[in-house]
Amino acid sequence: MTDQQIAQLVIGSASVSATAVVGVRCAGAWTVQGIARLERRLEVLSWPGEGDLAFDGSAISALDTAGAWLLHRTMRALERRGRNVRMNGLRPEFSALLQLIASHHVTPEFTAPARAGLLANIGQQTWRGLIGMSGMLSFIGESTLILLRSLVQPRRIRWRPILHNMQTAGFEALPIVGLLTFLMGVVIAYQGADQLQRFGANIFIADLVGLSMVRELSPLLTAIIVAGRSGSAYAAQIGTMKITEEIDALRTIGVGPTELLVLPKMLALIIALPLLTLYADVAGVLGGMLMARSKLDVSFDVFIDRLGDAVSLSSFLTGIGKAPVFAAIIALVGCYQGFQVSGSADSVGRQTTVSVVQSIFLVILADALFSVAFNWLKI
Amino acid sequence: MEPIQDTAAVIDIRDLNTRFGNNVVHDNVSLTVQPGEIFALVGGSGCGKSTLLRTIILLLQPVSGSIRVFGREVVGLNDEQALPLRRRWGVMFERGALFSALTVTENVSMVLREHTKLSARLIDEVAALKIALTGLPVDAGSKYPNELSGGMRKRAALARAIALDPELLFLDEPTAGLDPLSASGIDELVRSLRDALGLTIMMVTHDLDLLWRSADRVAVLGEGHILGVGTMTELSSSDHPIIREYFYGPRGRAAREQAWKRK
Repeated sequence: MTDQQIAQLVIGSASVSATAVVGVRCAGAWTVQGIARLERRLEVLSWPGEGDLAFDGSAISALDTAGAWLLHRTMRALERRGRNVRMNGLRPEFSALLQLIASHHVTPEFTAPARAGLLANIGQQTWRGLIGMSGMLSFIGESTLILLRSLVQPRRIRWRPILHNMQTAGFEALPIVGLLTFLMGVVIAYQGADQLQRFGANIFIADLVGLSMVRELSPLLTAIIVAGRSGSAYAAQIGTMKITEEIDALRTIGVGPTELLVLPKMLALIIALPLLTLYADVAGVLGGMLMARSKLDVSFDVFIDRLGDAVSLSSFLTGIGKAPVFAAIIALVGCYQGFQVSGSADSVGRQTTVSVVQSIFLVILADALFSVAFNWLKI
Repeated sequence: MEPIQDTAAVIDIRDLNTRFGNNVVHDNVSLTVQPGEIFALVGGSGCGKSTLLRTIILLLQPVSGSIRVFGREVVGLNDEQALPLRRRWGVMFERGALFSALTVTENVSMVLREHTKLSARLIDEVAALKIALTGLPVDAGSKYPNELSGGMRKRAALARAIALDPELLFLDEPTAGLDPLSASGIDELVRSLRDALGLTIMMVTHDLDLLWRSADRVAVLGEGHILGVGTMTELSSSDHPIIREYFYGPRGRAAREQAWKRK
């Protein structure tokens, strides 16, 4: 920047008498881009003499609101210290701007919000958690009521959005679910192969892969993938609709948002997730079967033969049976967090994150509870 | 910042063509905006007013033609090349487009923080000044955009648009969605900002009252062409059917009578 483009301030030499008028010459561009250096200088500047100050603004080439504010602030600060300040030679338009600035009282508040203590923090967090839990419970209650009502009156069920949701959450998830569970089957067979070979129990690879995939891994993996894929989408969609007041619009039209937005998603996922799980079973076992042939020389027909004995119908059904519960958890948590969005775009991001974390957590918790229950029931 | 020569137009559009697919939006549009004037672009819904505005501020690329802002060609500039120009103009979007995660003060000061080297204290003061200049109450600064009414949000958006003391201000529908009282507040605000800060203002609007009260010159856009340019008085005596329809509809007449009475 040249000298023309930055703001300058030159103080005339302090004269012999302490009460004499000190001249202050302002020059250059007093603009938002030009005042940065001068501002730092003014912070530490000591004003000579005791008497009046005469500012000369005739050399100011440009003045904008930021520059005018700095000038105004400097002059007012000097006045507060009991000195008389005059401004001369300013161009008429600049002088009008300076007056405009002076007519606005600006008192920026520097009130940082008081920080809560540790105890208060714990209390607030706990309270928020409890409120959230009761909100979730009432949301589950409301959704269940509406679900039951629409089961009693099946004509009220909206099939079109259900089918659409089945396509986006189910059909379109086939590639990723298939690939990941196939790889999981490969990994399990690969890890097990060494141990089994040591005991000459090669054929039990079918038990290992079949049972672990069908009972545990494919329902869990599928649910986690769907929670990340669709649960987050539910939260983001409903959250954005909330910000743009579409949810309020639905209410005023007389269509319950739960009925239109939550129910189709939940029903679609309850239908699609078991199907996806079945598909994941097949892909996982396929992966294990390939690995078994290449690592343990267990041929396909021997593997399949053994698989029929190893995986009982009840094992298969316990795996598939968990899927609808996981589906309900994912859909409810995703939609609930969507409705919790308020105000800002930030909030959409936050609630989407919460929805994924919560639904994965709850799915794994539910899976653990299922294991305990099945153990009790000896299934 | 070199001073603008009075002879050179601030915005100079020549033979601009814009298309969305096969839909021709602008067909050889030419316009000039002079320094210090309040220039308004009007026309029916969907006639491409906002598209023209978005093309000038480099959010859309035209098919052909030239747009010169401050004497520099802007068509074909990339973001980096456009930055020096973008610092010299401010834009107020139709729905405010305030950052919802930031308070009003933060919305304004964020621009200053990004583009200047001022101290945090001065930035806060300048931001508070800008908010006061747009007529917002002092306590509005610490509020979030979703806690503000429509009119206050427009003012806050205006405060952000003038944060860097631009030489050129673009306003997209500054009064849309406001009650008459807030709208007339905006009319006066636009004029007083122009007079106080020496801005050039280009706005897109539907608001006939705003046109009568604030605009120096008006261009009517329709069917992809500029149908007429001039002061409101000149345009209201035009005999182009679309312009007549625009100004002599029931609302147009009422706004004109209002304007006469005031004179």
